[in-house]
Amino acid sequence: MSTKTDKIDALGELSAVKQDEHGVSLWTEAFRRVRRNPSALVGMAILVLFVLVAIIGPLLAPYSPTDTMGIREGVIRPGSIPGPSAEHWLGYDHQGRDQFSRLLVGARQTLLVGIVSTLIGLTVGALIGGVAGAAAGLGGRVGRAVDSVLMRIVDMLLALPSLLLAVSIAALLGASLTTVMIAVGVVSVPVFARLLRGAMVAQSGGDYVLAATSLGVKRSRIALTHILPNSLAPVIVQATLTLATAIIEAAALSFLGLGNPDTSTPEWGLMLADAQPYLDGRPGLAIFPAVGIIITALGFTLLGEALREALDPKLRK
Amino acid sequence: MTETLVEVDDLKVHFPIKRGVFLDRVVGHVKAVDGVDLRINKGETYGLVGESGCGKSTLGRALLQLTPPTGGRVNFDGTELTTLPPKQLRSMRRRMQMIFQDPMSSLDPRQNVESILTEGLQAHGLGGSRAERRKIISKSLDAVGLPQWALSRYPHEFSGGQRQRIGIARAVVLNPDLIVADEPVSALDVSIQAQVINLLEELQEELGLTYLVIAHDLAVVRHISDTVGVMYLGALVEEAPSDDLYRQPLHPYTRALMSAVPVPDPEVEDRRERILLAGDLPSPANPPSGCRFHTRCPWAQPTKCRDERPGLRIIGTGTHKVACHWAEQIESGEIRPHAVKAEVVADGAGAKEAHGALHNAIESPGGPVI
Repeated sequence: MSTKTDKIDALGELSAVKQDEHGVSLWTEAFRRVRRNPSALVGMAILVLFVLVAIIGPLLAPYSPTDTMGIREGVIRPGSIPGPSAEHWLGYDHQGRDQFSRLLVGARQTLLVGIVSTLIGLTVGALIGGVAGAAAGLGGRVGRAVDSVLMRIVDMLLALPSLLLAVSIAALLGASLTTVMIAVGVVSVPVFARLLRGAMVAQSGGDYVLAATSLGVKRSRIALTHILPNSLAPVIVQATLTLATAIIEAAALSFLGLGNPDTSTPEWGLMLADAQPYLDGRPGLAIFPAVGIIITALGFTLLGEALREALDPKLRK
Repeated sequence: MTETLVEVDDLKVHFPIKRGVFLDRVVGHVKAVDGVDLRINKGETYGLVGESGCGKSTLGRALLQLTPPTGGRVNFDGTELTTLPPKQLRSMRRRMQMIFQDPMSSLDPRQNVESILTEGLQAHGLGGSRAERRKIISKSLDAVGLPQWALSRYPHEFSGGQRQRIGIARAVVLNPDLIVADEPVSALDVSIQAQVINLLEELQEELGLTYLVIAHDLAVVRHISDTVGVMYLGALVEEAPSDDLYRQPLHPYTRALMSAVPVPDPEVEDRRERILLAGDLPSPANPPSGCRFHTRCPWAQPTKCRDERPGLRIIGTGTHKVACHWAEQIESGEIRPHAVKAEVVADGAGAKEAHGALHNAIESPGGPVI
């Protein structure tokens, strides 16, 4: 017995890690690496600011976003919309509303559209991709057939230009905020489905899956506890990147008049659309919401890229 | 009295080669394992050697039904595995475990050691309560020489040798009868290899395990095995008790393998006869006719070798089996080795195009290959 204890001690010394320290899971490790990445910190700072504005924006806004004070006060005349001033930091919009207040309040709907539509795409896509991936990896002949059918459907979705698809869905369901979220969500379904399926198929060829099979673990359990968690990293990264494009796509739908019909509620995409006729005289009307969209998208993208790096097993140590 | 634990009969694993854009059509088969018979006795170690690509890993996986065999039978302790319904096969898996070559890729990076070791117990409903399971796994952790604090850690926090110990603990925690070890030490440092080999031997003694050890390292196999089988291109060419095989290899391929092992004595090393094989391993999709080895065999004869596939037959009085038509004549020196032209290896699907290349066989450089 003493030789065995010696052996244990020797191994304890050999390993670099301290014995009292608790094990570090891959997720914890990835989180640490994100925190050390400066571009991730910038991305997170942008997003925290954006989310804060989305939550407390209406409290910060100096005026009501729907108050057409410019018309009431008579400062808005055809061909002349006053620009930034001390009272109105970003000037009035074409209906005489305070542009800065609208920008602050509009963040909420923009964020809502981005998150909800990404969640729709992620959920539906992951469901299809997960079933297809598990079936392809472990289901034998029947599984491969299930996988083929699901993937051909996804391919059909993927073959349509995304904006065209979104426009058709929005036209089909009628213009509303929900429609925008569904349309933008559906567009991202095939990306998530393909991504998760591909990752799962790649993982199911791994030795640890074979090891679990040889232990006698059920196939459904292998798919859920081994293959799926190891395939999620690219999907999570894609979700952050999709959030950015979802906001832009939602803006495009609003711009085309397929967004929220209640035009009094400010939304960045809609503000951009409304600014179009005034690009000549007052480009600021378009520039401010556009810059808002770009900075937000940049924040999500920076975080997504940092996550990709942190979760990439090839870069680990 | 030795009892047979595993009996493999004419085992075949053929992988289809598929071509085509819309409809897959099978254009040939890779005959990874093509008719293997072997017996493994209880409590013994069977070593399987052969160069990479000869099908030894596939044989190990097919034996465990991890790769479905195309044909043949595998009898495990009286149960026929190839026809066993999936449910029974799954519960049978408790008794036959596997140790993998790469300990990193065979451990799920997102599972800690406790979860890795508990998984098998859970799958078979063993161990009852959580506390009991913990007791069982900490015992197996002791058995493989890992400290208890390893339980809460993740595979990436260990060294290669320690990871392999985790893999071994995962296999022995189910108290199996048979362990198939596929290249258990080839991914490890030489200094760690000996430790792991010794651990495997200790465990065999303590737990009465039967091993099938797959390796390409002849020294490792010699050290650990009772019986050694030599594989070439999907089939066994020689099988003998370890000492017999290393003292007196009879098959030309085994001779070539053995002659590649350096001897740690400069004088003996200088006198060592080296047999260099010409050419590459032929493609298992398009194996040579007759004796698989005739294309590279320095002793190949114009008769028989090309058109008659030799089976394993007992030579002498013991249990030394060889698949060679001319084993006795080669041993007695009646047949002398000759130079071999290296043939261009063609894959199965492209066999027709490559046929021309065969005729332009390249003269192996350096004259006689002996």
